Amino acid sequence: MNKKYVHRFGLAVGVSLAAAGALAQEGDAERGQAAAATCSACHQADGSGMNVPNGESWPRLAGLDAEYIVKQLHDFKEGRRENATMVTFANMLDDQQILDVAEYFDQMAVTPGQGGDEADEALLARGQQLAERGDWNAYIVSCQSCHGPGGNGVGSTFPGVASQHAGYISTQLMAWKNGTRSNDPQNLMGAIAKRMSDNDIQAVSAWYATQSGSTQQETAQ
Amino acid sequence: MTTCRRPLIIALSGCSLAFGAGVSVYATNAFAQPEERPDAALNMLVHEPPTMEDLENSDLHPELKKVIRYGHDLFTNTQQLRGENVFNDMNCSSCHLGEGRVPFSAPVWAAAITLPDFRGKNQHVNNLEERIAGCFAYSMNGVPPEYGSDEMLALSAYHQWLATGAPMYPDKPIYGRGFPAPDEPAEEPDYARGEAAYQDNCSICHQEDGSGHYENDEYVFPAPWGDGSNNWGAGIARLDTMAGFIYQNMPLGQPRSLSEQDAWDIAYYVSSQERPQDPRYTGDVAETAERFHGRSLYGQTREQDGHVLGDHDNFGDKGDIKPWNVGMPRFENLSEE
Repeated sequence: MNKKYVHRFGLAVGVSLAAAGALAQEGDAERGQAAAATCSACHQADGSGMNVPNGESWPRLAGLDAEYIVKQLHDFKEGRRENATMVTFANMLDDQQILDVAEYFDQMAVTPGQGGDEADEALLARGQQLAERGDWNAYIVSCQSCHGPGGNGVGSTFPGVASQHAGYISTQLMAWKNGTRSNDPQNLMGAIAKRMSDNDIQAVSAWYATQSGSTQQETAQ
Repeated sequence: MTTCRRPLIIALSGCSLAFGAGVSVYATNAFAQPEERPDAALNMLVHEPPTMEDLENSDLHPELKKVIRYGHDLFTNTQQLRGENVFNDMNCSSCHLGEGRVPFSAPVWAAAITLPDFRGKNQHVNNLEERIAGCFAYSMNGVPPEYGSDEMLALSAYHQWLATGAPMYPDKPIYGRGFPAPDEPAEEPDYARGEAAYQDNCSICHQEDGSGHYENDEYVFPAPWGDGSNNWGAGIARLDTMAGFIYQNMPLGQPRSLSEQDAWDIAYYVSSQERPQDPRYTGDVAETAERFHGRSLYGQTREQDGHVLGDHDNFGDKGDIKPWNVGMPRFENLSEE
């Protein structure tokens, strides 16, 4: 849990809610289900999203950290993260609805990643290497050094990437590489993505798509 | 140690100036070929250690490969020795980034080609195993595996294999050795400025309270201070070493991105926090400071609250276990020469 963000965000939410005269400050998954009706056209009712080859893949949201989702939705609304589709839908949600849908997706069971099945052995091996050890000759640190063991995410700052769709991961890494996405804290992702070759990006996307993001289920046992 | 380190640090500072923007060089290749480097004129030993892929493709004996793999595994997941040899939250690779291979992150192969040698810290000649044992006693706040044990042999083998092709006892300074400190800052390192810079640049991973981060009981971000961190006797407890580590390596993936002032200020702030007691503690903080702490803030009074750093009996999770290697005399039969 990133306390600094909680503080900042808590303050921002508190101010905006006080202005709106609302009282609730926590997400409610039940309310979120209603508000998320608009999300499910792409992200699906089970939050699984969809890998869309040669198109815009819709990320899996099921099991993603609520606070991370909240930040992304605010970033879409406020122009810190650009996506023509998402800005429209994010703008339909008020601050409370953002908290609610985030909680709703957070509580869902992680669904399988798609788009990595056709990767060959060499590509997956490269992906595993980058995920677990990085390639320090190119000063690419391992993915897990921030996204955590297994790529299952760390706190609310570093999202789980295991079991995410290959098409979505590669699109985002390319966006960081090209500078069209830059809403990561302190350029932590951007600096690494810019050192990755296109093959590296395909490799790590395929690798994580084939990994199960099962931390939450394991923890629950 | 100070006298022999200084020229190297100056040389490397010159080297970083020659690079201009060091980050862009890293971005291309951390181990460019010597003839392509602007620092070639500095006449340094540049060594690119083998990778784990190189190990698999090598002709080494399969049994040796197994042992080196085990050494690599111990190096990058030292927490597997938690409660036996390691009593904090660190791995070797927490400080020696990139599996101990990366320049300016204290690449460990350098130890394999410069030892045995006299070591100022314990005032006698150390070999590689004794040097590694020192890391366990201080940086890991632990108790070393026995000399000659499977763990010690595997770690040594990993270090020596990383040095493959590098000359023994080189006659040139080693490129990227240690954590070279940044140039002296314009202003004296400052606690309040350091705290602000820490919270801005470091806390997102290492947490506001310096406790680091575990996710589902698995280690992710190391603790820069507190019981989860290295004890007061570790090399990185020295202010200039910490400033060097930060400047050359942090934030992760962005070497030399902080200003020299920020690096020194953050180092001062981190070095002004408590950590487990030095295993060489004599029972008296002033005496221990006098004997062992020329370059750390140990024994000094923290301005903010009057706390004397290191003035406590907290040895961290290892409690009253004494690392067997600390204070162990060597070569007493040679002492008359």
